[in-house]
Amino acid sequence: MEIGKKLKKIKFSSGVKKLSRYRRHRFAGPALLVVALISLGATFQVASALPSTTKMETTAQSTLIEEGKRIFAQGCSSCHGLNAEGGGIAPSLIGVGAASVDFQVGTGRMPMADMSQQAMRKTPIYNAEQTAALAAYVASLAPGPDVINEAQLTYERDGNTAQGGELFRTNCAMCHNFAGQGGALTQGKYAPTLMGVDARHIYEAMITGPQSMPVFSDKTITPEEKLSIIKWIKAAENEPNLGGASLGRVGPVTEGLLVWSLGLGLLIGIAVWLTAKAR
Amino acid sequence: MSKAERIGGNVASYVDDRTGAAKWLRKNLTKVFPDHWSFMLGEIVLYSFIILLLSGTFLTFWFDPSQRDVIYQGSYEPLKNIEMSASYASTLHISFDVRGGLLMRQIHHWAALIFMAGMIAHLMRVFFTGAFRKPREANWLIGIGLVTLGIVEGFLGYSLPDDLLSGTGIRIAEAIIQALPVVGTYLSFFAFGGAFPGHVFIPRIFTVHVLLLPGIFLALITIHLMLVWYQKHTQYPGPGRTEKNVVGYPLMPIYMAKAGGFFFIVFGITAFLGAVASINPIWLYGPYNPGQISAGSQPDFYMGWLDGLVRMAPPIETHAFGHTISWNILIPGLIIPGVLFTLMALYPFIESWMTGDKSEHHLLDRPRNNPNRTALGAMSLAFMLVILINGGNDVIATHFDLTINQIMWFTRIGVLVIPPITFVIAKRICLSLQRADREKVLHGRETGRLVMLPHGEFIEVHEELTPAQKFTLTQHEQGTALEVPNVDTNGVLNPQGLKGKLRARFSQAHVEQISAPTETEAKALEGGHH
Repeated sequence: MEIGKKLKKIKFSSGVKKLSRYRRHRFAGPALLVVALISLGATFQVASALPSTTKMETTAQSTLIEEGKRIFAQGCSSCHGLNAEGGGIAPSLIGVGAASVDFQVGTGRMPMADMSQQAMRKTPIYNAEQTAALAAYVASLAPGPDVINEAQLTYERDGNTAQGGELFRTNCAMCHNFAGQGGALTQGKYAPTLMGVDARHIYEAMITGPQSMPVFSDKTITPEEKLSIIKWIKAAENEPNLGGASLGRVGPVTEGLLVWSLGLGLLIGIAVWLTAKAR
Repeated sequence: MSKAERIGGNVASYVDDRTGAAKWLRKNLTKVFPDHWSFMLGEIVLYSFIILLLSGTFLTFWFDPSQRDVIYQGSYEPLKNIEMSASYASTLHISFDVRGGLLMRQIHHWAALIFMAGMIAHLMRVFFTGAFRKPREANWLIGIGLVTLGIVEGFLGYSLPDDLLSGTGIRIAEAIIQALPVVGTYLSFFAFGGAFPGHVFIPRIFTVHVLLLPGIFLALITIHLMLVWYQKHTQYPGPGRTEKNVVGYPLMPIYMAKAGGFFFIVFGITAFLGAVASINPIWLYGPYNPGQISAGSQPDFYMGWLDGLVRMAPPIETHAFGHTISWNILIPGLIIPGVLFTLMALYPFIESWMTGDKSEHHLLDRPRNNPNRTALGAMSLAFMLVILINGGNDVIATHFDLTINQIMWFTRIGVLVIPPITFVIAKRICLSLQRADREKVLHGRETGRLVMLPHGEFIEVHEELTPAQKFTLTQHEQGTALEVPNVDTNGVLNPQGLKGKLRARFSQAHVEQISAPTETEAKALEGGHH
């Protein structure tokens, strides 16, 4: 112990001595000048950069894109290609835009678990930051629709439920059913239920047209109308079942099932009881 | 004698002196009805008809059967300020702004489904037990008329609110009308007063729905019941029951109590369904607009089979002389239902022709004792079920993760393959049940009790049936096949031609059964070791 302490002391003292020895070196002056200039320049650089953050953001953005590219290479490229150019089993993602990525990845549809008829909604694999990074990367490839942010989703304030319902029945109900419960398409494809879907994702689906869904551009359905549709869907989702058990809101099929099972079942049961021989 | 009794007696004799009602009442109030749960299926239908009349009358107080455009200003927010027809708006008004209106609407619709389901169940009972045989062919025909009109009446009621779903149904009905060659377009123009949807269709079907058809129903039901009264009710075979008597309980007081009580039970169950289960939530469907449609649009179940047939039809049409013939709608929408209902209506006559049986029947068949008829019925039900499944193919696809194309192909092939298979299986099951009955009569009921005899042998104890049980299992007729001569007296081959051959073949199929044990067979076994 004592020897160790002594050794450290010696080393330290010798280092200080070395510095002080070079103090009067002939290059000491110029070296100090260089150090001073660099630190001054750096300080100025930082100070002048602070009021405008573009450069930093660009750096951050490029880091995000880098991060997105890394995640893409790991999780997506095996189907979509190393440069998102697409392949035999998956489409090109060049130009699909950040909104498309935010919808597909944010609802858990991508990455696809199995190559069945269509990607289904499931628990997302990537968190919000990773999804944003992927979206940034795909958006960097070519311009496309941007992610919808919360500030744009003013459906509570700007939407009109009744008008939204009218638009929904005209444009959406043919696949998603009158109450947004979803419906069947051909060859096992289907329009999913709209219950419990984030307003942002509904909006993004309308502008990107995922899978079998058509794109509803802002010329077909204006942004205000989109908000109205979302407001109606949310109203349908939160509407209590006014007539009693909803029976799935799928129309008369379940009603017929109930009348043959419970309705006629109860009646026949009672008829059997009424005509049973008294014992 | 108390004062009340004296007054009552005086009133009764006053009426009796002038009408002679006492004798008539005594005769009819003591009329005997046989007791079986399956005889109450028709009662379910009758009571739900009364419920329909009562709840329907309530609904007409507020319903406005008009297709004029109104702007909705009622209390259902998601439809506020939407343009719609007055009939849709008034249905919303009944649902949300009339006290008890939604409950009444739901009771009315559930009662309609129970009415139809009950009729079909009643029809199956009458068919499988052979209750339609002579002398009840007329009542069978009235019954078929009631089922057919019931389908129409139900469909019109479903169409009245003018919501998105019912409008879609009317659109399909219009397509079926138009599918009639040559006259279809004209008929459609007459019905709709011009192009679809027009402004006259709903007022017109309203009159039919609330006046014409209920009137016809009332008349037909009355005749149906009067014939039951006059011809007396059929009964299941059993000891003491013959073709000449009816064994059961008198109308007064037993049946008055049972039937009266049952009415309230049917009403209660209908009201229960109306209170707890949503039916036809028209406010979710939205007002009808020919430019809109919902995924999974379906008719009620009694029309579902027809929808299924139309859905499975391959897209075939021909163009000739400036006319389009849509075979894809004409065949499944009109021809097949027409053939089916005609065959069903004529079945009593077809069966009596096949069997050559012209005698009266008041004792019912146990379904197993007429394997051919039971198998025919099972076959028809299988056919209906397969096409009904295709009617709901979209809902089945989404709920069971199937593809709509697979379901369609399954039913397209199944509609041809499954009914014949069902026929064979049902017939075999009937014959096996007859065999089991025979075993039971000859060897007794297996008690499941094993006994070890002193010398170590195990036997299962069989319990001999009571004479009454033996009678019930052996009383049925053992028909013989019709003799169709191959050569007549003049030496002409097959004098009746193909018709005669067919008849002989049908008759042979019809009498195919396991022979019931005879007395000698039973005696031979007696005392034997078994």
